[in-house]
Amino acid sequence: MNSNSGSGVEAIISEFGADRSRLLDIVERIQRHFGLVGDDAIQTIAAGLGIHRVEIEDMVSFYAFFNREPRGRFRIRLSKTPISFMKGAKEVALAFEQALGISLGETTTDGAFTLEWTSDIGMADQEPAALINGTVLTELAPADVPHIVAALRQREPDGDLGASRPKARPEATLPKATIRSSLVKAGPLLSGLSFRTEGIRAALGLSPDKVIEEMTKSKLRGRGGAGFPTGMKWKFTRKSIGEEHYVVCNADEGEPGTFKDRVLLSEFPDLVFDGMAIAGYALGARHGLLYLRGEYAYLWEPLQEVLKNRRRLGLLGDNIGRRKGFDFDIRIQLGAGAYICGEESALLESLEGKRGAPRDRPPFPTERGYLRQPTAIDNVETFACAARIMEKGAAWFAGFGTAQSTGTKLMSVSGDCAGPGVYEVPFGITLSELLDMVGAPDTQYVQMSGPSGQSVAPKDFGRSLAYEDLSTGGSTMVFGPGRDVLDIALQFADFFVVESCGWCTPCRVGTTLLKQGMEKVVAGRATLADIAEMESLGNTVMRMSRCGLGQTAPNPILTTMRNFPELYEARLAAAPFTPRVTLHDALRDAVAVQGREPATEEV
Amino acid sequence: MAAATFRFTIDGNDVEATEGQSVIEACDAAGIYIPRLCHHPDLPPAGNCRVCTCKINGRNSAACVTPAAHGMVIESNTPQLTDDRRAVIEMLFVEGNHPCPYCVASGDCELQALGYRLGMVAPVQPYQWPGRKIDATHPDIYLDHDRCILCSRCVRASRMEDGKTVFGFEGRGIKMRLNVDAEGGLGDTQMAAIDKAASVCPVGCIVVKRDVYRVPNGSRRFDKSPIGSDIEAKRTKRNS
Repeated sequence: MNSNSGSGVEAIISEFGADRSRLLDIVERIQRHFGLVGDDAIQTIAAGLGIHRVEIEDMVSFYAFFNREPRGRFRIRLSKTPISFMKGAKEVALAFEQALGISLGETTTDGAFTLEWTSDIGMADQEPAALINGTVLTELAPADVPHIVAALRQREPDGDLGASRPKARPEATLPKATIRSSLVKAGPLLSGLSFRTEGIRAALGLSPDKVIEEMTKSKLRGRGGAGFPTGMKWKFTRKSIGEEHYVVCNADEGEPGTFKDRVLLSEFPDLVFDGMAIAGYALGARHGLLYLRGEYAYLWEPLQEVLKNRRRLGLLGDNIGRRKGFDFDIRIQLGAGAYICGEESALLESLEGKRGAPRDRPPFPTERGYLRQPTAIDNVETFACAARIMEKGAAWFAGFGTAQSTGTKLMSVSGDCAGPGVYEVPFGITLSELLDMVGAPDTQYVQMSGPSGQSVAPKDFGRSLAYEDLSTGGSTMVFGPGRDVLDIALQFADFFVVESCGWCTPCRVGTTLLKQGMEKVVAGRATLADIAEMESLGNTVMRMSRCGLGQTAPNPILTTMRNFPELYEARLAAAPFTPRVTLHDALRDAVAVQGREPATEEV
Repeated sequence: MAAATFRFTIDGNDVEATEGQSVIEACDAAGIYIPRLCHHPDLPPAGNCRVCTCKINGRNSAACVTPAAHGMVIESNTPQLTDDRRAVIEMLFVEGNHPCPYCVASGDCELQALGYRLGMVAPVQPYQWPGRKIDATHPDIYLDHDRCILCSRCVRASRMEDGKTVFGFEGRGIKMRLNVDAEGGLGDTQMAAIDKAASVCPVGCIVVKRDVYRVPNGSRRFDKSPIGSDIEAKRTKRNS
């Protein structure tokens, strides 16, 4: 059944100027409006944009938040991470299954509800969490579920939203629809702020080259985790020749366990926009884009309000700060559920309305980025730092941290600790100091920087959080005694299967093979030869993959192998060889057809 | 005006390249074969398969998408890269369904030929046995998705050479599939058997009907000489 009406789709297409590069917006609006992206909608878009339907299907089928077939009016997405599972997400899922009478992945026959898992939604400090349409529910317990379902049955979801985004979401009044402030400890970056426009005002007192010089002097490095010097990136971008220069803020905060960008965007948005405007001035850019992950759609409206306010104050728009010729404005692009879009070149593809497949480099985005023009892409936190550096000076900033890692870092801490949340700490503190701060005295291990990072065992808790030692984007998942390290590694392996973009062979196939290998280990059926094979495969995936996702996807397995060999050994099968599939599983279909009782034999 | 030339080394061999050439193009011209699958000399590179990955100035990069540059130091024929390439070939074998002994493309298949060249005897990794349907809706061409390795050659050829955009991808990750530009299958697209897209498939996925056994098994391209020997022949000639 298709319910996309042609004229509604045409109106949406013309609202975005029938611009091919706005295809993500067009499809997102259609999805929101009609609850699906049907065949007739795809035909209408193809005609309206003058492109082929296969190009639209290529893009639509890539994103988790778009569906071609009808789904429930209320879309219940439960956050699936090792942290949510520790906090009882499986029990919550079971309660939803019982209350709705469906299994995960299914839609109720009346078309009211779809229940499914989704990757980490940036709520690791308040798990189990769920997204119901655009609304976040936190700290769920099975006992909440009947109330939530009853409340949802009482109301209709936001239907036609017209030109604007949802104002009063009916789901917003649901039980547990509150997000606690995640900021536990503010440091120099997030303290002593007044109106948060000081950065751009200070920048306008300098020449653009001087602004970049200040950034260089501050030794600010990218806060997404890669640590590229921001001053250098801005300098390269400014020097590159193009018709336009672009400033892009990467707010596709998808790394499981991180939520500090959510804190910045919900509590300090002015600071982030201030940093973007500074970059605009320094690079000679007129356009800024903030790529907001689809899971954070509830921030869309408040962020638009902040932008409006800044335009009113003359901090965005034409002749900013009465500076003739300094025109800069910011557009927010909403993503649609794809972890890979946090990779900067995949983010650019997504911004251009395509599937989020990474690009090969060179050319780098600083030369050819958004729409093939010079583009500086920085993390949300990096822009916040840039704003404070302009306000307080490079020397102030460089006074915190270490010689090579200046300033502070926002750490997103979750898991087995007394005070999960965001902690602003100076670079150089040791992991054990951080663990003391968050109240985690008895830690088995820490998954640092998310699944793409590494597992850190107690012997390494003395290492410093710094680019030159334990480099981090901030995700800190704490696992206490008794947690099953191998099962957690398997869950991370599954995450990469779900999120691999599929473009290149080693990642597309390798992530699945690694997960299957890990399943065999967890089932206690792996032999020593299997472990060696899995290690070799992991190293191949790491060496041969195209982008950072594949290059880091084997990390959870390889680093736990290195840190906890005894746990792997304890699960080994005492046999030189065990088949991948048990006889029991191999014969299951045949046994079912024959109507026999399955054999009880196990290997 | 002739483009500027410069030199780099690969496995200790000096190679002359011109501005704008990729590493793989420069090496092909010099008669040095780097194993590859998704790269095709007539098409822009896409970097899907990663078989041509080399260690370029100490970092692994795909030779098809890396512009050649003066003074590059490249390693290609090393035991580790050969092992990694073999592992990638193995992944493609277990991802799809590739029954070489009765496949129409046997002897003419670049995946099979690379398996032989790189010494992949039998996969160690588990077969995935995907259930994929054959598209026989076109009068002159059929698509056997079981053999597809998602190399994107047909996607690029149809868009760039044929100007048709008959092919694209659908889905992501391990669920990614080749897709065609019509709801009703290939027969409803503008595809024609003479299209470039019909002739660039490295495996037995895009098959022109009534044509495949014109050359019998045993007399096909890779039955006679290993894959890459045509490129390597250039080098022998020049050196003699």
